[in-house]
Amino acid sequence: MVDAILDADRPFPPGEYPVLVVGSGPGGLQASYFLGRAGIRHAVISADPGPGGMFRRWPFFQRLLSWTKPYAPADRHSREFERWDWNSLIAVEPELRGIQAEFMDGSSDFPSRPEMESNLTAFAERAGIAVRYGCTWETTRREEGPDGTAFVVGTSDGEYRCRQLILAVGVAEPYSPSPPGIELAVHYADTRAAESYAGKRLFILGKQNSGFELASGLLQWASRITLASPSPAKTSIETRSLVGVRARYVQPFEDSALGGGVDILAASIEGIVQVPGGLRVDLKRSDNGLPVSLEADEVIAATGFTCPLRDLPALGVATFGQSRLPAQTAFWESATVPGIHFAGTITSGAPGLKKHGIPSYSGAVQGHRYNARILVRRLAETAFGAVPEHPEVAVAALRDYLLAEATRGPELWHQKAYLARVVTVSPDDGIRDRGILPLAHVLDTDGPDAVAMTIEADGQGAIYPVVYVRRAGRLAEHALEPHPLNDYEGSAYRRDLGAILDLVAPGSSAA
Amino acid sequence: MATRDEIADALAGMALFADLARPQLMGVASQFEEAFFPEGAKVLRQGISGSAFYVILDGDAAVVVDGSERTTLGRGEFFGEISILLGEAPIADIVARRPLRCVVLPGASIEAFLVEHPRVMFRMLQAMSRRLRNASRLRS
Repeated sequence: MVDAILDADRPFPPGEYPVLVVGSGPGGLQASYFLGRAGIRHAVISADPGPGGMFRRWPFFQRLLSWTKPYAPADRHSREFERWDWNSLIAVEPELRGIQAEFMDGSSDFPSRPEMESNLTAFAERAGIAVRYGCTWETTRREEGPDGTAFVVGTSDGEYRCRQLILAVGVAEPYSPSPPGIELAVHYADTRAAESYAGKRLFILGKQNSGFELASGLLQWASRITLASPSPAKTSIETRSLVGVRARYVQPFEDSALGGGVDILAASIEGIVQVPGGLRVDLKRSDNGLPVSLEADEVIAATGFTCPLRDLPALGVATFGQSRLPAQTAFWESATVPGIHFAGTITSGAPGLKKHGIPSYSGAVQGHRYNARILVRRLAETAFGAVPEHPEVAVAALRDYLLAEATRGPELWHQKAYLARVVTVSPDDGIRDRGILPLAHVLDTDGPDAVAMTIEADGQGAIYPVVYVRRAGRLAEHALEPHPLNDYEGSAYRRDLGAILDLVAPGSSAA
Repeated sequence: MATRDEIADALAGMALFADLARPQLMGVASQFEEAFFPEGAKVLRQGISGSAFYVILDGDAAVVVDGSERTTLGRGEFFGEISILLGEAPIADIVARRPLRCVVLPGASIEAFLVEHPRVMFRMLQAMSRRLRNASRLRS
């Protein structure tokens, strides 16, 4: 009886909805928020008991990898603050912005897991986002009818039917490679309390952030730590991007360099075998193929996670890479099954240009929150008949507007060479602000003359604005100079951008 | 296609990587990333900087210059190396003719990679020499 009453209180019972969102992490909440603002009826279901299920479990050592600076040089409730806040969801209403900053106790600019959870819970409550928790997605099938394709989603609570399916289920299914004896290892996801590793010889398979997070957290407990994977480990300081091991986890590198009880090997694993007193790990060095063996008490596979897409590959959803991310269009729709869309960290499967090898930051909240806004706008236009507003920009204001976006636009800073501020120019319609769009879409589609402004990095340490101009169907790329303080609003930038804009919007430089 | 083992298996069958032993192939497979492009998607864009080096695992890609198709590339073939070696933007679009799977190495990593794997560099030189010879024959 009690269960029946509780169940009646849960939102979104099984049934038909125009859009179904699966997942209640930052990606699902952000998508639902913008669907709500666009007036699109939708249901949100989640297997978790509350917002941000992943942050209830990981990372082990409590603090996130993404920072928020509560006293940044911008008002907490402004759009500009988003550049300094990697963790809050975004909103139209000022009072819903920058929420993470409220939940920082001053001990670090990296929120703790409970602080992130509070941030997400507060956003969901204040924005009025309803979720049917404890409802697990189990099966998916496609039905072709006279009105087109519908998806039937089987869950632990019954069947949902929708035209548009948005999956925001994260990249959180533990992945392990399969060398002989891997069953003697535990996955990162099953790491125990730190003190239980006291005095143990620890072997960590994998040299990504998760491996170095464990190594950092267990330096004071383990008697010896070895990390190995086939390629050399690089830090984010060396790659000058978020590729590589983050600066927070560099202590094991120093310990290794000083011979202080940590070894970092470039070697592939051949197998793990049980031996008296522990485990033996057999490796082959990547440089010369010679065998290396070592003994350990514990082996942890910090080998990453995959995308829990369940039966979608059987439905035709193409996937790629070790994380089995779905292949996507520039607007985060399955490249092979239209009508299935993605939000949250899965959107890193739409790689964009990856200029100079630097990926999008769609794998983190500060990147994918913008993807969700663009996805919903696109869906509203293409599937729900919304007519987008494209405000006119006066030619006299164009240059300074684009330079202000380059200097302060959070979307451009968090999604470098991936998202762009786009304006179109046509004799009939004047100069129109098309909003923030995926750069790949702008470059790969025909259309009226256009200007796309991005912020980019060359992987060597330089950050600079890049202006793409499409004129009479031909594309040109113009990189502006870097500025030591990343301020692109000075006279040299006005002169240089003015000359570029004059090509497509004559009179821009005269303002 | 998904795991490093599977990528190493695929690379093992290609002329470019034919001289590498298994541990080296595993190292290569972990340095490269897999990428997927649906039919019609652009992989490289003429005149746009910052591109990468690609080796085709599966599918076909068209080489398109100023809108006209010049040739197609298939499994085991590679592209993107010229713009990286010269430090210039690509002079052609590369477009997926059907679903295309590649492995990718960022441009900035190519020099270190080739120096580290001289046999791959030699095989690449051979392939590029063949292309140059064929292009010269076409002109003559």
